[in-house]
Parts: sequence; structure tokens; C-alpha cells
Amino acid sequence: MSVLDDLFAGCREEGRSALVGYLPAGYPDLPTSLEAIRTLADAGADIIEVGVPYTDPLMDGPVVERAASTALRSGFRLTDVFTVVAAARDAGAVPVVMTYWNPVLRYGVDRFAQDLADAGGAGLITPDLIPDEAGAWRAAAEEQDLAPVFLVAPSSTDARLRSTTQACRGFVYVASTMGVTGVRDAVGSDAERLVGRTRAVTDLPLCVGLGVSTGDQAAEVAGFADGVIVGSALVRALGGPDGLGALRRLTEELAAGVRRA
Amino acid sequence: MTTTQQVGDRFGDFGGRYVPEALVAALDELDAARTEAMADPDFLAELDRLQRDYTGRPSPLTEVPRFAAHAGGPRIFLKREDLNHTGSHKINNVLGQALLAVRMGKRRVIAETGAGQHGVATATAAALMGLECTVYMGQVDTERQALNVARMRLLGAEVVAVPTGSGTLKDAINEAMRDWVTHVGHTHYLLGTVTGPHPFPTMVRDFHAVIGQEARKQLDDVVGGLPDAVCACVGGGSNAIGIFHAFRDEPSVALWGFEAGGDGIETGRHAARFSAGEPGVLHGASTYVLQDADGQTLETHSVSAGLDYPSIGPEHAFLHDSGLARYAPVTDREAMDAFSLLCRTEGIIPAIESAHALAGALRIGPELGEGAVVLINLSGRGDKDVDTAARWFGLVDDEGQAHVDGEAGPDVDEGGDA
Repeated sequence: MSVLDDLFAGCREEGRSALVGYLPAGYPDLPTSLEAIRTLADAGADIIEVGVPYTDPLMDGPVVERAASTALRSGFRLTDVFTVVAAARDAGAVPVVMTYWNPVLRYGVDRFAQDLADAGGAGLITPDLIPDEAGAWRAAAEEQDLAPVFLVAPSSTDARLRSTTQACRGFVYVASTMGVTGVRDAVGSDAERLVGRTRAVTDLPLCVGLGVSTGDQAAEVAGFADGVIVGSALVRALGGPDGLGALRRLTEELAAGVRRA
Repeated sequence: MTTTQQVGDRFGDFGGRYVPEALVAALDELDAARTEAMADPDFLAELDRLQRDYTGRPSPLTEVPRFAAHAGGPRIFLKREDLNHTGSHKINNVLGQALLAVRMGKRRVIAETGAGQHGVATATAAALMGLECTVYMGQVDTERQALNVARMRLLGAEVVAVPTGSGTLKDAINEAMRDWVTHVGHTHYLLGTVTGPHPFPTMVRDFHAVIGQEARKQLDDVVGGLPDAVCACVGGGSNAIGIFHAFRDEPSVALWGFEAGGDGIETGRHAARFSAGEPGVLHGASTYVLQDADGQTLETHSVSAGLDYPSIGPEHAFLHDSGLARYAPVTDREAMDAFSLLCRTEGIIPAIESAHALAGALRIGPELGEGAVVLINLSGRGDKDVDTAARWFGLVDDEGQAHVDGEAGPDVDEGGDA
């Protein structure tokens, strides 16, 4: 059993969903980023999605895009992601990396998988790499016992839900709305419908992302999903006044939310 | 024999679909629609009719002997895509895709634009076919191509300036992709060049192939044979693929693509993907990308907004690696010198993008020598570039006020050439 399998089994025993928190590595700078990761783990995130800042984040809304630009301006280098992953693991969370594909390709797919596994990473979420193009990565992941996590979307056909979830390990990233990352007032009925369609074709845990920002929304999503992914809201909290304090308070609210469903 | 080794969605190792899952269904829908349409006589007849009655095709082929006198021997012919309605080759692809959008029942089109030519063409087709239209344009480009922004707005399009990143074409594409993934149900992304995820590189090439098909026949009528070289500028690469495609299986024809050399490769301020780029993934395609050691996209520079792009269509990457076409950088200065030469020798003001192809022809001309025939794709006209050129050549001051060569006084009638 992989560390992700253990984690979801544990959550199921506790009768709750997992909280998955996203922060870009190196935002706003590397030392603060390490502090933020520890705060996130300490305040109740079960899985930490460590984002790789990238110049052309075409799946991201303005909050994450600006954070990526800030991190790059602060001197983020790709190898920093492994430092952040190790910090997340040391703080007791399960780290997975989320990255656009070109940085991995440039670094070398096998080398990236090796270094990610060495740092304690459990898997990799690839927003612009679909299983159809992921032959080399899936082989490397298998070799290093890393979980390839692909996305499903409301527009995915049933056939694609089946083939995509078959390529996933650890969990499936359910992108609940059509659109880019960002805070939304309503989570939307699309999410529950898509979870239902995905459940019909896989036994893997389903984590829902895109739009959750409050404890109430987290509780709502936890009612039908195995994990609740929160990104932009955490990034926005960290970027505001008293960033680390705000990050802690929001994470605690969300962690209470996933236990309330 | 076909030398374009296209298998499924790949050109050799290049191409593919590096996109969010949310777009896969739309790409499949588009691929099915364009395959069906290209086999439908009614669709093809409607496209032919628009090309003839609206665009003004076939575009002429013009021999330019006074320009060629500076090229070391060859006869030079220009394929006059600059004379198309809206002023460039871009309309060929736009009309095809806009018809497809209507066929698919989409009510809105979106587009990215660099120089503004593709945006203008898209706004034009949207007006013609009653579609809503939003055009994304980098902030820097809206400033240097202000005239085209006004043209798009006159045509009823919404123009959105994109301030992120380098504020140029690549950032406009990012923003258009974000829009598309959010509104894919009723919106078609009318991508303007031969890159992006499959089927865009193939589909856009097929809509531009008319350039090379016409030119090949027109040239044969005049010289009774094939050209020795075909020259085109290469940003994303749509005009180049459009003219190359008809000659791709002719080993005697040298295919030359000229990239933006900017201030010179050695300065790092350029957009020469085949001189300084590496294979990678950008905007949905596996191709050559100007990138740093971490895979971050590098900023580019060119005097020409339409060539100021860090990536290139995947079929060009294949043609490059297989040696079927050759690519070389042309600096801003070389391009502007060729721009000026064409203006003064032939009375044709080219787009600065196309001037890169002119400069390339001047460079390869002496090797080809006397009696050789060079075909250049004059992909666009220079109206949009008059301000940039006027500043480059010092014809206006910093406020944009024109300098004149002399001032006629009250007694002008008594002097001069009496």
C-alpha cells in the first residue's frame, strides 16, 4: 500500500474526507514558503500539493498566476520544489507535486521522478498532461512507486473517465467546474454529478478541486468526495496581511469543515 | 512519396495534445467536425466562394525585378497575400474556422493576436457570420499595434489587453486558453497559427495550403517550372506552412523559413527558436521552445509583433529536424533594410513580418545565382507598421510628428525646377 492509500484508508476509518492544501513552492520566497508548508501541515492539511511556479500557467486564475510570478521573481529554481516537498513530509503531511509538464520534461522525466521520490513525494498531478501523452511519465512513476494523478473534468466522456482513472494511482483529481483555478461563491452541482459519474468507473479516492474557499464549502464537498482540494484561497490568505496567521486560521476552518460532513 | 511524416496527431516526435482534460472533448469535436467538413462538397464550395468573392483570391503573383537587382542574380516573385481582404494571409484560415464554428453551432469565437492581423481577420469573419468575438492581445502589442486594435473594435470585437508575463503573443494565447476552458460549450477558439494541440496544426495548415497551391500554378504559368527556393517568415509558422505545403515533396525546391533574429542571437534578444531553443512543450504542442534550464519560457524580442513568440508550430520542428526545410534568423536591422528596399524599388510596403522573408531572400540570392527562381510569401501588408517604420527610419519625432524634407515658402513657384 502506498502512503496515499494508507492516508485515505485512515480518513475513511475516521468517517471524514481528506483536506488537500495547495501552495506554490517558493511563494512569496523560499524561506516563507517552507514556513507556510509547516503551518499548513500543522493546521490540519492531510495532503500538501506543492505547486511548481511556471511562466505560462494556462489552467490557473489570477491568484495562482500572480503567486507563480512572484515566486519566479524571488528566484525560484526547479530543484527548490524538492526542498519544499521534504519539508512537507517532515511536517507530517503527504506531499504531492503539481506541475505543468515542460519543467519536468526539461529536467528529465526519470530524473525528476527519482528526485521527487527521494524527497519523500508521493505523486505528481499534471494539469496539462493527459494519460494519452504520459507514457514516459507513467513508466517512471511505476519505477519509483509514485502516484500519477490525472484530472477528470465535467466535459470528460464516460469512456475518458474510465481510461483516465485507470491511469491514476493514489487518487483522482476531479476538476469540478469548467474553468481555471480560483475562488468561487458556489461550488456548483457539476461537482457532485461528476463525482457520481467518476465513482461509477473507479474505486480510487476522488478529490474535488477548483473553487473551495470556506469551511462550509469544504463540508459540502466532503459530503460526496473523499478529499477536498483548496488552492487559491490559501494562496490569497498567505499573500495578505499576517499571511502565516491567516493561512493557519483558514486551514483550521477547512480542516474542521471536512470533519463536519 | 510524401515527406511529411504525419501519423495521427504527430509530426515525427512533435505535436500531440498537451492540454487540460477539460479541453479534450472540444478538441475531439473539432477534429471530427473539420474531417467531416473537408470531405463535404457544400462546405468546400462555400469556402471557395468566400475566398473568391470576399477575400479576393487567387492573390496575384508579382515579379519584382528592381528588388531582385539587389539579390545577386535570381528572379524573385512575391505571392501577394498582402492583397487579401484584411491585409494578410490570416483570413484564409479564419474563414475556414469561422465556417466550422457555425457548423458546430458555436455562437462565439475567441482569438489571440500578436501583430493584430489574426485578430482583425477574426473580427472580420465574426462580423460577416454574426458571431460574438473576443480578441486577446498582449499589452505591449496593443501599444505598438494601436491601429489594429481600433480596426478590431470598429468591426465589433471586444479587445482584451493582457498585462501578464511579457505582454506579448504567448500571454495572449494563455489568456485565450483560459477563456476557452471556461466557455468551451458555446465558444470556438479560433487559433491563428499552426501550433497548439491537435487538430489545430493540421487544420490551420490545410486552410492555408491554398497559398502554395495557387503560387505553384501561377509560377509554372510564368516560368514553366518550379522555383529553386521558397522563402517565408516564421513566427508560429502559418504562412510558411501554407506556401511550403505544395512543394514539400519536391526535392529540387529549397524551403527556407526565416525567424526573428531581433537584436542578434548573441544578445539573447530575439525569437529564433531553431538557433537557441530546445524541444519542449508549450501551448499544447511538443515542439521547439525558447526556455531556460528549468523549462521556464524565455522572453523574446522582435521589431515585428507577429514573430515575437517563443515557440513554433510542431510541423516546422519536424521539417527542421528532418532537414526537409531550412531555418535561419534575420535581425531587426536586416528586416527593416529589406522593408525599405521593397518600398523604394517596387512601391510595395510589406508587413515587417514578411520583410524577414525578403531579407532572407536577399541573403540566399547570391548562392542561387543568375537564372534561379525565388518565390517569397509576402504574407501581409505594412499599413499597420507605418508608425513603427517611421520611428525606425527617423521620419517622425518622439511625439509622432512627421518630419518633412523641406518647407514650401510663399515664393516656391519662382524657384525649384524652372
